[in-house]
Amino acid sequence: MGLEYYLVLSTLLFTIGVIGVLVRRNAIIIFMCIELMLNAANLAFVAISRSLGEPNGQVFVFFVMTVAAAEVAIGLAIIVSVFKHRQTINVDEVNSLKG
Amino acid sequence: MNAEQICFIIFGLISLSGAIAVICFRNPIYSALALIVTFFSQAGLFILLGAPFVAAAQVIVYAGAIMVLFLFVIMLLNLGTLSTRTNIGGKMKGFAIFLGILFAIEGIYIAFKATGDSGVAREPVETKDIGKLLFSEYLLPFEVTSLILLAALIGIIALVKREKSNT
Repeated sequence: MGLEYYLVLSTLLFTIGVIGVLVRRNAIIIFMCIELMLNAANLAFVAISRSLGEPNGQVFVFFVMTVAAAEVAIGLAIIVSVFKHRQTINVDEVNSLKG
Repeated sequence: MNAEQICFIIFGLISLSGAIAVICFRNPIYSALALIVTFFSQAGLFILLGAPFVAAAQVIVYAGAIMVLFLFVIMLLNLGTLSTRTNIGGKMKGFAIFLGILFAIEGIYIAFKATGDSGVAREPVETKDIGKLLFSEYLLPFEVTSLILLAALIGIIALVKREKSNT
């Protein structure tokens, strides 16, 4: 399999994540779409690492996973506290920071 | 078509359809389950690429820990019964999808233009090499990673604690 097929698949997954963030208004679904995008980046990292025959790409995947785990934990804690205050997690209704 | 190509097509189709299901389902629980399917098929793709360490980490960290967290929060907040109007309007939605397709075309163009004929044909990287690299060249980022996790831990405790004293 050529490298370009993996990159195309990674691009498509990333695009689906972007569309999800733009279209959905549910904060939890938006978070899932961010995970989707991080995973697409991971796929590109691993494919290029294999293509170049170097392990550096896989080390970066390790770092991306750590950041994703921390981000999800913090983000979900924020969502829970927003829900406790506002009784909603629709990002259009949570607009008290709007200038 | 050899076995690798067939496996790539199967895993690729499963992960793409799972990803589309994530953004199409109305109920967040179904979205989370579709996301788990996507993560598992991506682990399969990592195996195909000769990266068993990343595949194992994918299953344990993403499909295991992160998705359990998601499902836990969805069930804690009982989101299945919330208002169903969770999408934006028709015109904006069409524009968002148009932008997404434009982005995808760009990415595909770059993928075919930039890679040329450098196929995925070299020897796969051994997990041993990743470990060596992680503890020599990337030692400082590795330690900073632990700081990130510590900061996340403290941040969550602070968030939840302040919440408790308010109510």
